Amino acid sequence: MTSPTQTHPRRPPDVAPVLEVRCLSVTFTTESGTVSAVDNVDLTLGQGEIVGIVGESGCGKSVTAMSLAGLLPPSALVAGSVRLQGVELIGAPQSVLRAARGQSIAYIFQEPMSSLNPVLTVGRQIGEVLQVHEGLSRKQARARAVELLTLVGIPSPRQRVDSYPHQLSGGMRQRVMIAMAVACGPKVLVADEPTPALDVTVQAGILDVLRELRDRLGTSILFITHDLGVIADVADRVVVMYAGRVVERAPVDELFARPQHHYTAGLLVATPTPGRHAGTDRLQEIPGLVPVLSTQPDACTFAERCPAADAQCLGSAPPLTCAGDMAKMAEVAEAGKIADMAVLSPDHLVACWHPCGDPSPTRPEVGGCRPART
Amino acid sequence: MPPGKDMTDMTRGEAGSGEAGPGEGRPGEGRPGEGRPGEVTAGQVTAGDVVRPRSYALPRTTGQSIGPTALELENLVMHFGAVRAVDGVSLTIRKGQVMALVGESGSGKSTVGKCIVRLLEPTSGVVRIAGADVTHLSRRQMRQHGKDVSIVFQDPAGSLDPRMLVGDVVGEPLRLQAGRMSRRDRQARVEEELGRVGLRTEVARRYPHELSGGQRQRVSIARALVSSPSLLVADEPTSALDVSVQASVLNLLADLQRDIGFACLFITHDLSAVEYLADDIAVMYLGQLVEKGSRARIFEHPAHPYTQALLAAAPVADPPRQRARKPVLLGDDVPSALDPPSGCRFHTRCPLAFDRCVTEVPELLGIGDGNAACHLVRPDGSGPDIRDVAGRDVAGRDVAGGETAGRDTGGRDTGGRD
Repeated sequence: MTSPTQTHPRRPPDVAPVLEVRCLSVTFTTESGTVSAVDNVDLTLGQGEIVGIVGESGCGKSVTAMSLAGLLPPSALVAGSVRLQGVELIGAPQSVLRAARGQSIAYIFQEPMSSLNPVLTVGRQIGEVLQVHEGLSRKQARARAVELLTLVGIPSPRQRVDSYPHQLSGGMRQRVMIAMAVACGPKVLVADEPTPALDVTVQAGILDVLRELRDRLGTSILFITHDLGVIADVADRVVVMYAGRVVERAPVDELFARPQHHYTAGLLVATPTPGRHAGTDRLQEIPGLVPVLSTQPDACTFAERCPAADAQCLGSAPPLTCAGDMAKMAEVAEAGKIADMAVLSPDHLVACWHPCGDPSPTRPEVGGCRPART
Repeated sequence: MPPGKDMTDMTRGEAGSGEAGPGEGRPGEGRPGEGRPGEVTAGQVTAGDVVRPRSYALPRTTGQSIGPTALELENLVMHFGAVRAVDGVSLTIRKGQVMALVGESGSGKSTVGKCIVRLLEPTSGVVRIAGADVTHLSRRQMRQHGKDVSIVFQDPAGSLDPRMLVGDVVGEPLRLQAGRMSRRDRQARVEEELGRVGLRTEVARRYPHELSGGQRQRVSIARALVSSPSLLVADEPTSALDVSVQASVLNLLADLQRDIGFACLFITHDLSAVEYLADDIAVMYLGQLVEKGSRARIFEHPAHPYTQALLAAAPVADPPRQRARKPVLLGDDVPSALDPPSGCRFHTRCPLAFDRCVTEVPELLGIGDGNAACHLVRPDGSGPDIRDVAGRDVAGRDVAGGETAGRDTGGRDTGGRD
């Protein structure tokens, strides 16, 4: 965190990441051919860090999350490396994966009602995890379930532990899911769109619980969402995905203040924010559609929709490189831009041949980020 | 039958067209002799707060007489058996005005929308569209008012008939006005409408499944607007769409509304979209209105604790600003409309609630440019702000303080504006 404007109060990531994803690619074989869902995704998650993965539907964010613990169907071809506390999970035998799930990595999904068993009390369901993974007796498991319900902020947990899922509200159910996920104290919690089904007043509570888990237990959280507001609220660092690739990776403040990829910048100006009204302001649209790719081309997949695209973007895929890297900047831009780029923090990465490069103090100008200066 | 079908079957009829609303006055369509004073203003007034009058104190219209309003709801009640989905909602939307109806799931906001387009027959109360009472009309009678009101639903895939070509989907409301328009005219009209929502005319010969989500929503909007309604009910029109597509649909609605000048009831839970599109805002909680007011006043000086909580809870896509906001945690136990709480329905979650809130139902009190239903709000619109007192979460732990950036937490102004 060397950037002078970096005011983020949260802890910086530890040196050794808890989760390290390298060159992760996922291809699905379907009746109508192959679909390349994830291409060469690199990301790290530090101890006690909340990393947000943001992108629109079909960008591969959920597939990335599912592939971490081998949760994808057999039709998925997964390549690359996922190291969780030093243990390689891709291609690992089922026994290793089973041990990792729950103990080291746990998931929360969007719809708690479909993830909970409707005929068992929530206490039984939380307890089951503990009985299987930690060998607790039923009585011990129940007592621990009450503790966990308290931890996730469920009022009168001693009564609620005997409730069935349908007796709880949507927010309560999501809290139960979180309690189940953290029952065995996983190092990594993957939250895949945990809040869109919830009302904002309830969502705020769930986000608060997740933050508190990080603070109290040091859990690292991979938070997947399409909602930029939620990302701004919870994430320390953000990974932006587009059409299966990571296009930008940056600390949260820097990403919102100085997006380097034109897609990120486009998303930000397309989002209504306080003070914007149709009478005085116009939301910028990103023209075109997200492509569905059968193979990953050697080109920037955003080029078709990008205001700054040129022949280079169509001819070769930009690597994910340091946005502030002088050497790289010397290659891709003229002298005037380098000074601006140098103030970006070193962990701000972008996959773009012509990054925005404009350290605008507030928001990118209307029209997205400015094309490279001449 | 998909839900959208019922509604847009409604056709343009003669009855009730005496006050057909500003939709008739669209540019280039020149209908001689139909000029109405209302149109001119609707066309000129874009979204300037300054230009539009903000008072809710409009002259009441009675019976079938023609009023200056696009929509009037009087004490609308919709009960489904024991479920009190909507319990006494009164609203007025003036011509050319965008009113946002905000609330969380189960607040009854979509039910209000369905009562307005008469997909539901209200249990009691009055619905007036362009001054005409449509509360208990039969479906056949309602068709004659179809030209006055249309609806756009959240899920365009579910509200467009998959077996119909897009051109037929959009032209259907015109076709149902028997004998009024030739096939050729109708086709021309459909193509015009598709062009206006930003689709190429070739799209008319496609099926809905061949289109993207954003394009389908454009088709829904074209279908809703093809009969030139004076009132459009848009029920979560952007909630199912991705951010970049959502922007284009919001822009489209804003452009069309400005150009055509129809009134719009924009039903949503997305507060950032509300701030972008709405002129006025009505907030619902468990079947009742808790607050109404201009966009500026609601966002700057929300009077009702629930409105304050909603604004405090909606995350803002701006990290420093988001971190600086005071979280207001209400707890997850949203009461059911099956058995709403006594007194003020919000009292079970309100951090400011006191004994009177449990026993006495608060009146919808006039404050400045709107209303609020809370015992703590004074007639000048002032009152306590939940965001000042709710700096603590359920565990009693101090949560991040700091100024609520960009928003005045005072709420002690006299209603914000006059």
